[in-house]
Amino acid sequence: MLPIDHYLFLGLALFIIGVVGVITRRNVIVVLMSIELILNAVNINLVAFSRLYGDVAGQVFALFIIADAAAEAAVGLGIIIAFFRNRETVLEDEMDLLKW
Amino acid sequence: MLDSVLFYLFAGIAVASAVLTVTRRNAVHSAIFLITALLATAGIFLQLRAEFLFIVQIILYVGGIMVLFVFVIMLVNLDVAVRQIQFARQKWVALVVALALAAQVGLMFWSSGKMPGQGLPVQTAVAADKLPPNSEELAGILFKSYLLPFEIASVLLLVAMIGAVVMAKKRTYRSDASD
Repeated sequence: MLPIDHYLFLGLALFIIGVVGVITRRNVIVVLMSIELILNAVNINLVAFSRLYGDVAGQVFALFIIADAAAEAAVGLGIIIAFFRNRETVLEDEMDLLKW
Repeated sequence: MLDSVLFYLFAGIAVASAVLTVTRRNAVHSAIFLITALLATAGIFLQLRAEFLFIVQIILYVGGIMVLFVFVIMLVNLDVAVRQIQFARQKWVALVVALALAAQVGLMFWSSGKMPGQGLPVQTAVAADKLPPNSEELAGILFKSYLLPFEIASVLLLVAMIGAVVMAKKRTYRSDASD
C-alpha cells in the first residue's frame, strides 16, 4: 500500500472540487451531483484507513454512506421534480419561495 | 510499483472527471463525467483491496443512482436551462472555502513535521497477504457488530423511498376532484 497521505490528498481534492461545485453551480441537479462527489471523497478516506489498520469497520461505514447517498439522491430528485412542476425551473437562485 | 501506477491512473481519472463534472455547462455531460469519476473511485477501492465495496460502488452508484440522475435530467426541460448562465456569481466564496480546506490539511502536515509523500505518523499498513477474504469479513462484521445500524439503514431507505414517491407524485387538488 502507498503511504496513507496519497489517499488523503486524493480525498481532499475530490472534496474541494465538490464543495466548489455546490457553491458555484446554479443548476440544482449538478449541485446534487457535487454532493455525491463529496460523499465519495469521504468514502476514499474511510477505505484507506480501513486498509491501513486492517480493520473492515471502515468499509462498513463506507457502505452506510453509500446507502445514505442513495436515500439523499432519491429524495432530492423527488423534490426537484415536484419543484419543477410548480415553478418550471431548476436554477437554485430562483428558488425563493421562503424568502420574505 | 504496480500499486502506485494503478493509484495514479485512477486518481488522475477521478480528479480530472470531477473537475469536468463541476465545470461542464450541460447537465448530461456533467452526469457522464460523474459516472467516470465514480468508476475511477471504484478502481481506487479495488486497489485498496476492498473488493465488496468495488462491486457495490459500480452496481449501486453507477447502475442505480446515476440512472436516476439521468432520468431526472431528461424529465426536466433542459433546453431552457443550458442557454442560461450556469454559474452563480460566488467565485470568491468558493475560492475562500477551498483555500480554507487546503490550509487545514497544510496545517496538519506542518504540525506533524513531515513532508507530503512520507506518510503520517500512524502505524504502518497490514501486509496484503495477512488480509482475510474481504466480502466474508465484511459480512461477518456487518451482521454481528453493526446489525442495529444495518436495520436503521433499511428503515431509512424505506422512508426515502416513500418520500420520493410522495414528492414526485402528481398532486390532485380538491377543486380538480369536484369537477
